[in-house]
Amino acid sequence: MGTLKDHRSSIEEQHTKKMERSRIVVGLGTCGIAAGGNKVMAAIRGEVESRGLDVDVDFTSCIGMCYAEPVVEMSLPGAASVVYGGVYPENVAKLIEGHLVNKIPVTDMAEIQVVGAGVPYEGIPVMEKSTYYEKQIRSVTSRLGRTNPERIEDYIATGGYAGIEKALTMEPQEIINEVKISGLRGRGGGGFPTGTKWQFVSDAVGDKKYIVCNADEGDPGAFMDRSILEGDPHAIMEGMMIAGYAIGADEGIIYCRAEYPLAISRLNLAIEKAEAMGILGNNILGSEFNFKIRIKAGAGAFVCGEETALLNSIEGYRGTPRVRPPFPAHKGLWQKPTCLNNVESFANIPFIVRNGGAWYASMGTEKSKGSKVFCLTGNINNTGLAEVPMGITLREIVYDIAGGILEGRKFKAVQSGGPSGGCLPADQLDLPIDYDSLIGAGAMMGSGGLVVMDETTCMVDMARFFLNFTQLESCGKCTPCREGTKRMLEILERICEGLGGPNDIETLERLAKVIKSSALCALGQTAPNPVLTTLRYFRDEYEAHINDKRCPAGLCAELLTFTVNDRCVGCGVCIKACPVNAISGEKKAVHVIDPEACIKCGACVPKCKFDAIVKA
Amino acid sequence: MSTVTLTINSQEVTVPKGSTVLDAAVGAGFFIPTFCHDPIYAGYGGCRICIVDIKGARNLPASCVTAAADGMIVETESAPVVEARKTIIELMLANHPVDCMTCEKCGDCRLQDYAFRYGVESAGFGGERKDYEFDTTNPYINRNMNKCILCGKCVRTCKGAEDRAVIDFTFRGFDTKVAPALDSSLAESACVSCSRCVSVCPVGALTDKPLGGKARAWEVVKEEVTCTWCDAGCLFDLVRKNGEVIGVAAKAPAGGRPLCLKGRLGLELRYNDKPLKPMLKKDDQYVEVSWTEALGLDEILEKLN
Ligand SMILES: Cc1cc2nc3c(=O)[nH]c(=O)nc-3n(C[C@H](O)[C@H](O)[C@H](O)COP(=O)(O)O)c2cc1C
Ligand code: SF4
Ligand code: SF4
Repeated sequence: MGTLKDHRSSIEEQHTKKMERSRIVVGLGTCGIAAGGNKVMAAIRGEVESRGLDVDVDFTSCIGMCYAEPVVEMSLPGAASVVYGGVYPENVAKLIEGHLVNKIPVTDMAEIQVVGAGVPYEGIPVMEKSTYYEKQIRSVTSRLGRTNPERIEDYIATGGYAGIEKALTMEPQEIINEVKISGLRGRGGGGFPTGTKWQFVSDAVGDKKYIVCNADEGDPGAFMDRSILEGDPHAIMEGMMIAGYAIGADEGIIYCRAEYPLAISRLNLAIEKAEAMGILGNNILGSEFNFKIRIKAGAGAFVCGEETALLNSIEGYRGTPRVRPPFPAHKGLWQKPTCLNNVESFANIPFIVRNGGAWYASMGTEKSKGSKVFCLTGNINNTGLAEVPMGITLREIVYDIAGGILEGRKFKAVQSGGPSGGCLPADQLDLPIDYDSLIGAGAMMGSGGLVVMDETTCMVDMARFFLNFTQLESCGKCTPCREGTKRMLEILERICEGLGGPNDIETLERLAKVIKSSALCALGQTAPNPVLTTLRYFRDEYEAHINDKRCPAGLCAELLTFTVNDRCVGCGVCIKACPVNAISGEKKAVHVIDPEACIKCGACVPKCKFDAIVKA
Repeated sequence: MSTVTLTINSQEVTVPKGSTVLDAAVGAGFFIPTFCHDPIYAGYGGCRICIVDIKGARNLPASCVTAAADGMIVETESAPVVEARKTIIELMLANHPVDCMTCEKCGDCRLQDYAFRYGVESAGFGGERKDYEFDTTNPYINRNMNKCILCGKCVRTCKGAEDRAVIDFTFRGFDTKVAPALDSSLAESACVSCSRCVSVCPVGALTDKPLGGKARAWEVVKEEVTCTWCDAGCLFDLVRKNGEVIGVAAKAPAGGRPLCLKGRLGLELRYNDKPLKPMLKKDDQYVEVSWTEALGLDEILEKLN
């Protein structure tokens, strides 16, 4: 088997040639496909063919601007490439005609331009200076939306597998030291130092060791791992291989939830191609090092993301957590020392090995180094994926990257860390985000989901939503989580229905405290966090629900009443809007809503031109 | 053998290395409640009632799965521990038919005992409760899953006998239930009525059907006997009321060998003056059989005759 060096120069040459041609690239991550990317792709192929254009049509993964999907990129030789957003089959002809035929970009649909070596266009934000990307870093996400994830050549031409090449020239302990220097902490949520974990596994005695990649991503509002799996599968594999070499394992397993079929198919393809090139398998790149990778599809239970439940699931048992210690580093898969890391953790490794730990540690804060990928969702203008340096403030994320709150409404809180995390109110907007600051504020980094909420969100209802999730996902093994989250949920449901009692807050707090301190695994131990943080920052909303039977955000239907005030001119429009005939009134007289009949759907409110219907 | 020394409730305790905090504390005479802990199948850590306070620990570790370590400072009934235990008992009671007056297990029930110790009168929460059918299909075992606290001891002991593993956890979260395959009744399952599960159940979820309604726990005296049917030597209890044997209960498998129905029936016949008619499963149904058939003596008797 020849070394990668022989291939690399010819692959790079071909890649450069490819990039110099006229190209159309469609974003076909799950988000792009869901937004209609495949139809756009078909329309593009049709248009190119019918016009007989000499243009390459290719696809890539999600570039991160989910809010702009379907995304299509177009480029001409020697010029910057322009990323268009909101491209539907009906705009395809206009874009091709403008950009490729007339060579004038369609500025009103352009989101950004990627300049590279090409000549920039006027009037289109350059990626690095655009609203969405200016405060971002593109490191672990650097290939997302830029390469075709199904082509190993694209990976190699962009520096791929140079990390394992370099690693194979190093001593295993040197690699572990580099990872320690990088300060990388586990991106799966816990934030455990990756280098330290590798040292444990390396030091553990065992005739066989395993590398396991946790790709079970299951919390609502999180999709960073999916984006990396779909957009840069080789980077994850390369990270696992480097880990295998460093700790002495020859087998890796990627545990990926079955709900990610595109990720699984791209991983399978990546494994196949890497094996064919001698990058994976025996005597990797001509060395003594052997490593194989296989995929295990998980059935999609949130708790199977917990490392020991995940190991049980791979072994074919019920996906319930084991007691720790022993930790997987000592007794993991089939009781063998196992190095288990998250997708994003592994994907960072090739960059760290290539550029050195010190390079990585130059980003971030004192105790949280490097960059972190966040998923921005909720009531914001730009939803999507953002890679930022640790230590960035929430304000920068919400107002700069995410473009502020929808329709100019007021920011209320952000839920960080999904169901295990907590909410942070407006007065925490200037908190620099890292593992420790978030825990200090009662929230958690979690896997990196940030759900932004505005004044129309009821915080009690939000807590109820997340508790409903954890309660449904509890594995049922231990009493506090199985029984306790159920009772907490029931209390929250009661409060939202206006049936809350005077002792409910106290009972919630007691249950939360006991579940946190006594549950077996982190699912239970963190499940009360959304309740505890909303109680900490928005206690008045709970009290309003319980004492005044009022939902300050105007969301909890049971607590709303709709009334008509004296601005009513008696036009009768609302009568027609009401689906249950709850409104009555003579023409030109103030109308009345029958509270018994009203189903609180709110259909009448926007119909009234005089703002006479009051929801409270 | 190397040892570790730790402090439990201000008392210095030295135990062999590898002991759990539970072993260390109980060995030193301290009380720690347990539901799911079974020394033969240790390491489960599910019920969480045995949590203790360990100085420096992030939360309250379960003592049954925490190794005792040198210098550890343990408190077995600190205020947070008591609060958590009370809450756990309360949570169990909130999902349990509190019909202790008529429960077979009354007087010999850990849930009752711990509720008494920690002064938990009743569940402070309303809400949904499990609502399963009472499974009385097996002539030897009554199975009331509404009383089950999901400690999993029965599951582990059943799996501990080769080829059994008749019952296991099914469903998830709040809906978790211990059941035979496909959530069937015991009669439809591959259950061999050895009653290992009954012998370990800490509450009234699994009880001996033949003893049903015959005595309250405090009226009986149990006498341990070793079964002589085979050379395994499993342990059984002769259950006496007013001096008379009213039944034989499975106590403990010997040396990892299973308890078996035949052994128990043999002891019934030997010690019980009014034994119930034996039942055996034939074609998925339990039918009354002769004692010679139940004990597998037909062939021998034929030869003797
Ligand atoms: C309920 C629960 C769900 C989890 N889900 C995930 C997950 O989907 N992906 C993940 O990488 N880690 C998840 N974790 C964290 C893992 O247990 C583990 O800490 C992590 O995968 C270790 O990798 P890291 O050190 O690279 O972060 C979860 C933990 C819990 C308690
Ligand atoms: S905390 Fe919840 S998910 Fe974790 S072991 Fe206990 S019941 Fe299962
Ligand atoms: S039936 Fe008894 S032994 Fe089995 S899990 Fe339930 S409480 Fe535990």
